Amino acid sequence: MDQAHAHSPVPGGPVNFYVTEEHEHVHSGAGTMLGFWIYLMSDCLIFAVLFATYGVLGRNYAAGPGPADLFDLSLVALNTSMLLFSSITYGFAMLLMERNRKAATLFWLGVTGLFGLAFLGIELYEFSHLIHAGATPQRSAFLSSFFALVGTHGLHVTFGIIWLVVLMVQVAQRGLVPENKRRLMCLSLFWHFLDVIWIGVFSFVYLIGVLP
Amino acid sequence: MFGRLSLNSLPLHEPILVATFAMVALGGIALVAAITKYRLWAYLWREWFTTVDHKRIGIMYVILALVMLLRGFSDAIMMRAQQAIAFGGSEGYLPPHHYDQIFTAHGVIMIFFFAMPLVTGLMNFVVPLQIGARDVAFPFLNNFSFWMTTAGAVIVMMSLFVGEFAQTGWLAYPPLSGIEASPGVGVDYYIWALQVAGVGTLLSGVNLIATIVKMRAPGMSMMKMPVFTWTSLCTNVLIVAAFPVLTAVLVLLSLDRYVGTNFFTSDFGGNPMMYVNLIWIWGHPEVYILILPAFGIFSEVVSTYSSKRLFGYSSMVYATVVITILSYLVWLHHFFTMGSGASVNSFFGITTMVISIPTGAKIFNWLFTMYRGRIRYELPMMWTVGFMVTFVVGGMTGVLLAVPPADFQLHNSLFLIAHFHNVIIGGVVFGLLAGITYWFPKAFGYKLDDFWGKLSFWFWLVGFWVAFMPLYVLGLMGVTRRVNHFDDSSLQIWFVIAAFGAVLIACGIACFLIQLVVSFMKRDQLRDWTGDPWGGRTLEWATSSPPPAYNFAFTPVVHDNDAWWDMKKRGFERPVEGFRPIHMPKNTGTGVILSALAVAFSVGMIWYMWWLAALSFVAILVVSIVHTFNYDREFYIPAEDVARAEGARTRMLAGE
Amino acid sequence: MVSRVMGMASKILRLLALGPLALLLSGCNLVIMNPSGDVAAQQRDLIVWSTVLMLIIIVPVILLTLFFAWRYRQSNTSATYDPDWHHSTRLEVIIWSAPLCIIVALGGLTWVGSHLLDPYRPIARLDAERPLPADVKPLQVDVVALDWKWLFLYPEQGVASVNELALPVDVPVKFNITASTVMNAFSVPAMAGMIYAMPGMQTQLHAVINKPGVYHGLSANYSGGGFSDMHFKVHGLSTDDFNRWVADAKANNTAQLGRAEYLELEKPSHKEPVRHFASFAPDLFNAVVNRCVDASRMCMDQMMGIDMRGGLGMAGTINVLTSPEPTPSGKPQRYVAAFCTFADARGTGQPAQSRAIN
Repeated sequence: MDQAHAHSPVPGGPVNFYVTEEHEHVHSGAGTMLGFWIYLMSDCLIFAVLFATYGVLGRNYAAGPGPADLFDLSLVALNTSMLLFSSITYGFAMLLMERNRKAATLFWLGVTGLFGLAFLGIELYEFSHLIHAGATPQRSAFLSSFFALVGTHGLHVTFGIIWLVVLMVQVAQRGLVPENKRRLMCLSLFWHFLDVIWIGVFSFVYLIGVLP
Repeated sequence: MFGRLSLNSLPLHEPILVATFAMVALGGIALVAAITKYRLWAYLWREWFTTVDHKRIGIMYVILALVMLLRGFSDAIMMRAQQAIAFGGSEGYLPPHHYDQIFTAHGVIMIFFFAMPLVTGLMNFVVPLQIGARDVAFPFLNNFSFWMTTAGAVIVMMSLFVGEFAQTGWLAYPPLSGIEASPGVGVDYYIWALQVAGVGTLLSGVNLIATIVKMRAPGMSMMKMPVFTWTSLCTNVLIVAAFPVLTAVLVLLSLDRYVGTNFFTSDFGGNPMMYVNLIWIWGHPEVYILILPAFGIFSEVVSTYSSKRLFGYSSMVYATVVITILSYLVWLHHFFTMGSGASVNSFFGITTMVISIPTGAKIFNWLFTMYRGRIRYELPMMWTVGFMVTFVVGGMTGVLLAVPPADFQLHNSLFLIAHFHNVIIGGVVFGLLAGITYWFPKAFGYKLDDFWGKLSFWFWLVGFWVAFMPLYVLGLMGVTRRVNHFDDSSLQIWFVIAAFGAVLIACGIACFLIQLVVSFMKRDQLRDWTGDPWGGRTLEWATSSPPPAYNFAFTPVVHDNDAWWDMKKRGFERPVEGFRPIHMPKNTGTGVILSALAVAFSVGMIWYMWWLAALSFVAILVVSIVHTFNYDREFYIPAEDVARAEGARTRMLAGE
Repeated sequence: MVSRVMGMASKILRLLALGPLALLLSGCNLVIMNPSGDVAAQQRDLIVWSTVLMLIIIVPVILLTLFFAWRYRQSNTSATYDPDWHHSTRLEVIIWSAPLCIIVALGGLTWVGSHLLDPYRPIARLDAERPLPADVKPLQVDVVALDWKWLFLYPEQGVASVNELALPVDVPVKFNITASTVMNAFSVPAMAGMIYAMPGMQTQLHAVINKPGVYHGLSANYSGGGFSDMHFKVHGLSTDDFNRWVADAKANNTAQLGRAEYLELEKPSHKEPVRHFASFAPDLFNAVVNRCVDASRMCMDQMMGIDMRGGLGMAGTINVLTSPEPTPSGKPQRYVAAFCTFADARGTGQPAQSRAIN
């Protein structure tokens, strides 16, 4: 192996040491998707820490209420469906983006945003319900780690929605130009990523918490 | 309106701090006045602060690091002075309240604001050049990352004069860093400085990975990458995989402090051991984040100055990758004494020892690179030899500490302090200083003065041994770290020797600064016209010194390891015509604005000025969004400009 | 026999390893290299053996580095110069396997040593020469790290002391260790390695002291403002002297360490003088570990028992009380209230009554 790259591919022949024809521009975003994916992996690690924290502290109720007392599975199931639907509608938007249909793309992005808002609304309702019942983040390590994990996911969805709105404005202004397509792809990754995280939250926190 | 901030928060009754502040303020005013007098503001803003050129950002990182080195080292010398005099009833001149802030600040600054920016700066400057790229993958993000790191440094420096810094040790273990044991602003300064700088570090990690993976010159397969690029890649992978853990754990600590949650408290089911585990899951990879690039520098240096191809390139690469992976499996060795079972402790002890195998292989590879070479003792090579004999001792004591029963005796002792300074100074700092000397002519077009450099080297080397060998001895005498004053006066002599060593290192730093000034004065004599002053082997030496904004007029094509050596060997002719316009990113001030807002946000959070925090948070959001509405981010350097710059270089090479 | 040879060898090796420094160091007490307890002595042997093992590779590396650095200097044109030599399979095998061999040996040593010297493992011998006599009963000492002083409880003797630890020579000791607020480390270098003292948790250390004398004990984990003065004297005493020390504590001192006195003692203070208590509240250490010395607080073991059964349900949202005591941060200090009992219907928890719960 070392021997192999000790020699040039064409021994003795004329060797080209530089590119005379530049095929593509370096800064047209060749690495954007890769970079964004790496960022998402780092974000995933933040969730990993929060999941681990929940795993360690999630049964320390400090003689307070536990998951079975607090979680309403039907509400959470409704919430989960909101987020799953939003992922599907985002998928529709991307399919239409590929066909350069601006208005339809915008429509489905809007629907996605509405589903996202519905998700957030239900989550906030759940939180306020818990806090009013006295199950505050301060009550026990279990509740601290629950609010941190679910709240961080909710914050991500919030920023996702802000981003979505900004992108809708930009698509409306400039159309489906390559930059906007790239941004929509990034947000798509982000949005589906949040979906995957939520599936983890749903099974790991809610289902396992409530089921005996 | 001002939250917890009041006039009492200003340390007006502390003569040392007031004097320091006066000095800093006078220096700052003089600097501002000078910049204003020479009308440099517009130039600095246009060409430096807003730049997206990876070379200039790299240089700014290094400057930031050197400034922070002075702060961190002042802390060190104050600690050494305190421990040298505080014996037998004397409390020294620093009461615990100050002393505890100083050792905390020393650790935080040296790791986060000296070593990290220096490593990032060198990677930023060198990596795109080494892989034959024109810039990094995300030039704006690069500028933003730099300013966020700077913002973190600003927050730390602010704590010196407004309020206080953490008195918890550099990792701020709860419950000591919890709100009841540390009710002041110190820990909040710590948290926000690290969070803000952490954003910068993480983004620059993402950026450099994307750069190395996507932007290598044609022909440069992974196994043809220069070793420094390889170590940078691994370091950035570690950054991306470790810093989120730090961010998350600090968020949880902040929630405990601000909201009253119970992650790391002792009541309500919280668990402080969780923090210790999480912070070391970041903290141990962090050590390798610092040392790997230094290993890369030594690899470049040793092969360049031995005028010989690096011995065992592929084993070097595998060793680096193995270290990268293993660095995640050893975190528990930082707290064997927490009382995990013997099997858990020995598992982590043995994984730690296993890291010494690839590290040992690296040392041997450098050794056999020197073997049958023609070693030129330029300064970087001296640092390298100094490193090899110093670092192995630190490595040895490190493995010793990885034996759990030995660690039960040596943990937290001055032996431990001596060990990690042995590897961080002997490894990271020597490596970075070698790197600065090695690439300085590339960055500025002239070499560094040899005399002052050698003086600095000898002061550092001797100073290191004099300062830290006594600490090994004191550790074996059972002396623990972070102690403010001692009863046993038989210890004093060792602390006095250590303080003397610190003075020698201070001379080393002074010589280094003098070296920078002297070299600048003598720059015409030290000028390098060739762009390749050392007989270099990698692509950064193929372009001019300093390189043009676009780095390479034509993207190089790589055929072998040591691409530039290969090109020279096979009679490469530099192209002198047929230049084309070059596509480059535009400068932007958004990074500066965003990080200024991040400082404002942090100040609001630290001092409980909620309105300021809310306002600046919204402003950050708005500025970021507005930034995305700017689609006009690139421009072409016209072919005539390229032709002019390259023509100048042609004449320079011809010696006209 | 083997251990005696080991001991001899380690002494010789120690001399060799530290030879050059011996002169310089003759004036100072390297307590870790020259301890007075068997655990610390074994830890010392492990340090020495590991060092020697590593020196097998470190010394040649340093010498080779210096030799190559000198031999292949540019001015030495008589040395071979081979700029393209960069690979040798045989050498690669050696440079990977040599450290590997050392690490395998060291790994074995680590595995065995960690298990033998596990702080949770009861003492099995008095020292290298003497096995544990069958009739020796280990002494139990409960250790509490307070801000910023040490409290030692002797449950069998019924006495307690602050900032002074008395131990009978050649009697195995079992330390149960905890802390009141922040992390510390209980460390007596002459006797055995350290172990963390953590609030709400209990760690253990088994050790023995083999020579009479006065030793230095300290907190080896930084714990805040009073940390530097958080050290104590360890007296290694003959059995008679130890009994006398206990009797003195009992006789000369009328001081009692009840729960109320403990709560007073627990408050942060610096440079606390040595103090003895003739008696202490029963179950005090357990209450400290479970953070319920103030009996109006629910004990952690009880809390964990409830949590194991799924918590207290929604009723658990109202069992939180706020302490009237001011806190350093000014934020109200909340805690989970203990159950009220017949004896203590208001649940305010006077010490004597609270024992009814436990």
